[in-house]
Amino acid sequence: MSPISLTPLELAMASVLVLASAALSMRLALGIQRPLLVAAARMVVQLILVGLFLRQVFALTSPWVTGAVVALMIAAACHEVGSRQERRFQGAWRYGVGGVPVGIATLGIALLALATALRPDPWYDPRHAIPLAGIVLGTAMNSASLALNGVFTSVSRERAAIEARLALGADRYTAFQGIIRGAVRAGVLPVMNQMAAAGVITMPGIMTGQILAGMDPIESAKYQILLMFLLAGGGFAASAGSVYLAVWRLTDARDRLRLERLVSRPRG
Amino acid sequence: MVNGLCGLIVAASNYRLYVHGRESPVSRGLRARLSLRPTGRPSTNTTLTDTCTSLTVHGLHGRLAGPFNLAVESGECVALSGPSGVGKSLLLRMIADLEPARGRVELDGTDRDRMPAPVFRRQVTYVAADAGWWADIVAEHMAYPDRARALLPQLGLADALFEALVRAISQEPRFLLLDEPTSALDPEATARVEVLLARLREQGTGLLVVTHDAAQAARIATRRLRMTPGGLEDETP
Repeated sequence: MSPISLTPLELAMASVLVLASAALSMRLALGIQRPLLVAAARMVVQLILVGLFLRQVFALTSPWVTGAVVALMIAAACHEVGSRQERRFQGAWRYGVGGVPVGIATLGIALLALATALRPDPWYDPRHAIPLAGIVLGTAMNSASLALNGVFTSVSRERAAIEARLALGADRYTAFQGIIRGAVRAGVLPVMNQMAAAGVITMPGIMTGQILAGMDPIESAKYQILLMFLLAGGGFAASAGSVYLAVWRLTDARDRLRLERLVSRPRG
Repeated sequence: MVNGLCGLIVAASNYRLYVHGRESPVSRGLRARLSLRPTGRPSTNTTLTDTCTSLTVHGLHGRLAGPFNLAVESGECVALSGPSGVGKSLLLRMIADLEPARGRVELDGTDRDRMPAPVFRRQVTYVAADAGWWADIVAEHMAYPDRARALLPQLGLADALFEALVRAISQEPRFLLLDEPTSALDPEATARVEVLLARLREQGTGLLVVTHDAAQAARIATRRLRMTPGGLEDETP
């Protein structure tokens, strides 16, 4: 397999598409030419920087540097999950409720894959560890965000039903059963859709990239299958983990509903 | 389903630990089905009124109101009145351990903190003024649909307004904390509920009922309490 190397000239030709879109937007007075160009420029700068950065990290092949990069990625994901909620916990729980399950799921799944399926040498080879952690992290973060959103929006709406069940002697997890089910499902749904549509409706990104880069379709399909399994596991673990953690925090040891621990995002 | 059944078995087995001298039909039925041997004293033909049980509240206070002292015996109906917003619902919720509070609540002299909260609430059940629904079908809310069906004809109507009351009564708690149980009912339906409450009382259930209606309090209560932010006053005529 020989990767097809792109030249700056070829990229410049592709960028004509963006420039043409911007020109058309200006001509039709749609007003999106400016954000479109800014986004395109940002994307180019970000990806080149990441490429340069990863080239350095790959050259070092140090477990510490690799670990630090992964830790930084997980911290950024924690922040994203915490700041994206309309209603959220106060204090450290705001980031912890999504961040801890996302971090554990990502590390667990990535280490499992490194130890069993991929087995690079050395096992912490950043060329495998960093992209793997990144793709699992993205799915886990997305799943946890959706699942937590499901819990937080339905808990206030269904307050009377939850309290009625608690009053009748249900424990906290039984009282939250419907909410837990709905929220975990909401978190896992994108991954399930991705699996169901893979290859038929959409061509998965990894497989497309590998085929374009010259890899055998069957080999790239096998890679994609492995990754889908990892993503399904990571998405489910992050959803279920964050939902149960949220329910645990929304109630107390005496099985009471503690809605006051949830605050709304200040407006404006 | 399996989860629910396990919870039920746990609740029922815990239940026996805390009920002195009396075993509920719930745990009896479950025990028969699971062929568990009784752990308590040998079973005698005790009727529900033979043993007197009590729910006592000592110095219970929330953030704004209290302290409240109160005792309800089995077979008693205590009516609780007071101005709107004084916290009658809050008091019932605090007794049922649905609201954090300081103070002590005892069931037959056993502190509620010494049993799991769900076990306590199975015996001291709070019924809110606004019923909460969690399934599309009424029967799915009932832990014991057969018993609930037997209760509905007594109320005359299979009305959803009764359903919150029925799902609590069919679990056979020893104390019921009712928050304005007839506020949304017409006089005829109110009368039926009052008959049902009187029958429960005869069977040995202790009732604590919030009501705004002095005439209703006079009809159903054996004792009447008036609530002020500082505590409870006896106003039994």
